[in-house]
Amino acid sequence: MTVAVAPVPPLPGRPRGAIGRFVRHVPALVSLIVILALVAGAVFAPAVASLLGIDPLAEDLFNQYQPPSAAHWLGTDALGRDVLVRLLYAGRVSLLVGFAGALIASLIGTLVGIAAGYYGGRVDAVLMRITDAAIALPVLPLLIILAAVDLGKIGLPESFVRSGQAGVWRIVVIVALFGWTTAARLVRASALAVREREFVRAARALGASDLRIMATHILPNILSPLVVATTLAVGSVVLVESVLSYLGLGINPPTPSWGGMLQNAQQTVSRAPWLAIFPGIAIFATVLAFNFLGDGLQDALNPRRTRR
Amino acid sequence: MTPLLEVIGLERSFPTREGGRIRAVDGVDFTLSRGETLGVVGESGCGKSTLARLILQLVPPTAGQVLFEGEDLARLPAAALRRRRRDLQIVFQDPFASLDPRLRIESIIAEPLIIHGIGTREERRRTVATLLERVGLPPDAGRRYPHEFSGGQRQRVGIARAIALRPKLVIADEPVSALDVSIRAQILNLLADLKADLGLSYIFISHDLSVVEHVSDRVAVMYLGRFVELADAQTLYARPAHPYTRALISAIPQPDPSDRRARLVPPGEPPSPEHPPPGCRFHPRCPHARDVCREQTPALRRVEGGQGTHLAACHFAEEIAALPSPTG
Repeated sequence: MTVAVAPVPPLPGRPRGAIGRFVRHVPALVSLIVILALVAGAVFAPAVASLLGIDPLAEDLFNQYQPPSAAHWLGTDALGRDVLVRLLYAGRVSLLVGFAGALIASLIGTLVGIAAGYYGGRVDAVLMRITDAAIALPVLPLLIILAAVDLGKIGLPESFVRSGQAGVWRIVVIVALFGWTTAARLVRASALAVREREFVRAARALGASDLRIMATHILPNILSPLVVATTLAVGSVVLVESVLSYLGLGINPPTPSWGGMLQNAQQTVSRAPWLAIFPGIAIFATVLAFNFLGDGLQDALNPRRTRR
Repeated sequence: MTPLLEVIGLERSFPTREGGRIRAVDGVDFTLSRGETLGVVGESGCGKSTLARLILQLVPPTAGQVLFEGEDLARLPAAALRRRRRDLQIVFQDPFASLDPRLRIESIIAEPLIIHGIGTREERRRTVATLLERVGLPPDAGRRYPHEFSGGQRQRVGIARAIALRPKLVIADEPVSALDVSIRAQILNLLADLKADLGLSYIFISHDLSVVEHVSDRVAVMYLGRFVELADAQTLYARPAHPYTRALISAIPQPDPSDRRARLVPPGEPPSPEHPPPGCRFHPRCPHARDVCREQTPALRRVEGGQGTHLAACHFAEEIAALPSPTG
C-alpha cells in the first residue's frame, strides 16, 4: 500500500528561520555592522593610509601630541604618527589574534569535549581532569613565562622569530592554550546530551563508526552553542591580547596592537588623553559588539525555536 | 538448517543507585526462522526494548548468546560486527527522536548505504528515490528535513532507512505506538507488504496485543524480564495457557457495545524487577495462584496436549488452557 501524503507546508508570512530571527535582534545586527566596519578598516588599512596620504610608520617629531584635527582626525602620538592609521593597522593584529585565538581554542576544546562526551567513562574522566587542571593553572604568571620564551631556542627559524609575525602567533598560541577549556566543557555537556538521543542509537545500529557518529550526528547538533561560544570568545581574546600587550608581554613594537597603543599612552594620559581613549574605544566596541553578536546568534540558533 | 536467529539464556541487569540490580531481561530463549514474524508483548518496563537492544548488540548482555545464522554476535570483533549490522535492522518507536533533525531525508536514508560503501553517489541517489517511493513518500521528500513531516511520514522514513540495506531481520520496537490510531493500520500494512516483497523476518515488539495479533506468526508474552508464554498467534489468542496472557487478551477492547464479558485485569502494578517475588513472578497478581506458585518458579515448558509447540511458564498451564476462551 502506498499512500503519498504531502509534507506539511510552511506557515506563510513573517521572516522565517534563523536569519529572520537574527535580523530582528537589533543590538546584534548593529554589532555585526560595527564588526564588519572594524574588519574592513583593518583589511583596507593600507588603502586608507595612502588615501589620506599618511605613512603609518613615518615619524614626525615636529607634530608630536597633536589633538584631533582635520589633518589628523584622531591626533598624533609621541612620535608624531597618525593615530587613526595606527589604530587601523593595530586592528589588523588585534582582530587577527582575536579570531585565530578563538577559533583554535574552540577547535581544541571541541576535539577534547566531543571525545569526552561521546565516549564517556574513563576517557571522559581523564580528559575532564586535564581540563580542570588547565582551568586551575595560575594564568598570569604562566603567561609571563610563556611570553618570555625565546622562540629561537625552541627551534623555530630565525627569520620567523625576527619578524613581527612571531609575536602575533605567540599570543595566539598562549590564548589557545588557556582558552580551550570553556569550549571543551560546553561541547562535552552538549555531546553528552546528544549521545543519548535515539538517532545516535539508530546510527550505531546501522553500523556507523564512532568517528562517523561524532562527525555527522553529534557535531552538527551541538554547532549552535559552539558558534555562540566562539563568537563570545573572540571578544574576550581581544581583551586578553590588550592586557598582555599592556603588560608589555604581547606584541612588540613597532608592530602596533590596541593593547600596545594603550600601554604607550599611559605616561602621557593627562597631556594627550586621545592616545588612550581611541584604542580604548576600539577594544571596548569590539568586545561589546562580539558579546551582542553572540547573544543575537544564541537567540537566532536556539534549537527550541528552530524546531518549530 | 540453522535458524536465522537463536537467542540462548539472554540476560541483562542494570545496577541501581541503591546498589541493587534490576534484571531487565532475565533468561530469554527463543529461535526465529527465516521469514517468520515473532511478536513480543508485555507491559511497560517488562524488558521488551532491552531485549531488542540486546539482540542488536546496542547494549552488551550480562549473560547468554545471540546467534545470528549460527554466529555469536557478542564475540564478533567490532569491525566485523559493524559489517554484520547490515543484516539486522531496527525501526524505533519514536519517529521524532530517531531521525537526526539536522539531516535531510535523503541523507538519512542514504546513510546506511554510505556506511557500508554501497554504490556510487548516483546509484545511491537512485536507491533513495526507489526507497521513498516504496514506503509511500513523495519524490521531493528527500530534500526536506524531518521536522517538516508528520509522525506517520517520519516513521516511513525510519522504515526506508531500515530496509535500505536489504536486511534479513528487522526488529520493530513499538513502531506504531507513537502514532495516531488512523495512521497505525497504514504503517502496519506497509511493514507487512515489505516483509512479503523483501523476504524479511520481524521481531515485532508492542505493548498492544491487538496490534501484534495481526502481524505475528508466533507471539511471546513477556513479564518481568522473562517469556511466560510462547505460541502460534492463533493458539495463544484462542487457548492461552498462562493467566497473565489470559488477562491481557481479556483486556483488548472489543468494538461491540453488547460485549459484557468480564475483564480479567490483574490487580495492582507489576512488581519491581529489582525485587521480583519468589516462586512464580506473577503469583501476587494471579487469580489462580496456589501454594506451589509461591514457592516454586515454573519453567517455560511445553503445554501438554497443546497445539504445535505451545510453551508456558505456569504450574497449571493445562488447566488454564482448558478454561473457556477469554475472547468469549
